[in-house]
Amino acid sequence: MELLPHLFHTLLLTVRDVLPIAAVIFGFQLLVIRKPIPNLKRVLIGFLYVLVGLALFLVGLEEALFPLGKVMARQLTDPVFLYGGIEQLAGEIRWLDYLWVYLFAAAIGFATTIAEPSLLAVAIKAQEVSGGTIGIWGLRIAVALGVAAGIALGTFRIVTGTPLYYYIIAGYLFVIVQTLFAPRMIVALAYDSGGVTTSTVTVPLVTALGLGLASTVPGRSPVLDGFGLIAFASLFPIITVLGYAQLSQWRNRG
Amino acid sequence: MHRLRAIAQPLLDSLRDLAPIIVVIAFFQLAVLQRPLPDLERLLVGTLLVAVGLALFVRGLEIGLFPIGESMAYAFARKGSVLWLLLFAFALGFGTTVAEPALIAVAGEAAEVAAKGGVIGDNPAERGSYAMGLRLTVALSVGLAIVIGVLRILRGWPIQYLIVGGYAGVVIMTLFAPEEIVGIAYDSGGVTTSTITVPLVTALGVGLASSIKGRNPMVDGFGLIAFASLTPMIFVMAYGMMF
Repeated sequence: MELLPHLFHTLLLTVRDVLPIAAVIFGFQLLVIRKPIPNLKRVLIGFLYVLVGLALFLVGLEEALFPLGKVMARQLTDPVFLYGGIEQLAGEIRWLDYLWVYLFAAAIGFATTIAEPSLLAVAIKAQEVSGGTIGIWGLRIAVALGVAAGIALGTFRIVTGTPLYYYIIAGYLFVIVQTLFAPRMIVALAYDSGGVTTSTVTVPLVTALGLGLASTVPGRSPVLDGFGLIAFASLFPIITVLGYAQLSQWRNRG
Repeated sequence: MHRLRAIAQPLLDSLRDLAPIIVVIAFFQLAVLQRPLPDLERLLVGTLLVAVGLALFVRGLEIGLFPIGESMAYAFARKGSVLWLLLFAFALGFGTTVAEPALIAVAGEAAEVAAKGGVIGDNPAERGSYAMGLRLTVALSVGLAIVIGVLRILRGWPIQYLIVGGYAGVVIMTLFAPEEIVGIAYDSGGVTTSTITVPLVTALGVGLASSIKGRNPMVDGFGLIAFASLTPMIFVMAYGMMF
């Protein structure tokens, strides 16, 4: 197990990702604001924690969870598992045959979202700013349910082969209507939750699932159908977070 | 004793965050696929690394990224120079996106799709310049998104009109953009906001909204990330139409 070189390499990559951000921050701080950073030492230690933490996080995922998750995504979409062999496949593919795939998609979407660090960051801020009205766990579960529904529907779309934009356009129209009725304070946060769901943890596993599915379902092309799961994962959390706020408002009115 | 708890508590929190992934993978592996868990030791070590990493990251957020984002927001608000603030917003959006690994991966895939579709010549040079152009396009669009988002916070524009307008733009562009680029364009909206950008940008928005009179941090402070995931879709489809 070559854990240490891998760890070192990932740490270097993380440092490279942070460099432009650090350059912008410290450049503006020194040249434009021209005031010393308050608690500079603490902030630098914080940056160090973030770097080391992210590197450990990524190495752990790549060592343990990603390989297994990707293999499972392949096995679940394998015709041998689904029909007991490609020759068993009589004519049309039936979307019902893929029930385990949808379940896996929903479950893995939910689970990876709960572990997503950027969502946790936004949830901490939201709880702080809302004075506790929006709980860290409430927001995270609402977003995770949205991602679960989105990815499950996205895999269903790949199996049935319907065009992506039907779903996306319908989803956005739904969001627009829902926005008109949702409490005003949640709107910006809900829109943000669409963007934060899809980073470090969710993207690699979900992409593997989409590409695996698109290359094993007869008649699908990985190029045309493999993408688009991420789009589902960023759309549906908006709906569930708006819904979560509507639900709590409605309950409070009681 | 107190020290021990201070170290153990964040670790336990992270393990709880990871529990769903472990349960899902174990259930599907053992009960559905009916295969044994391969290399259990490696799995345990990996999970422990992830948990320690997450705990450190959260601590780093609280003492590093959040405070610096907020203190810069306050400093800019006190300084009162809108131009510098917008320049900072653009630099933050552009700088963090152009080097984003997920974006580099998506741009490479997009170049491959374009080459297969005969849109550009199928050789490394043309694919390289197509991918680079796409990366710059997305980075530009994210920089612009943060600028618009910051302007919105300063002026107190309601977010829904801007977002709904943006979605309308996405829908219209979808009708005209070449079919191969649509999936990639939609995905590019999701990949632009990295784990380090999100806390910084959120702290910046909330900090600005709390330091400007008449703005509510809850209503006005969020939304920067929403813009950053919306504009790349429009710009990538526009990029696809130019070829």
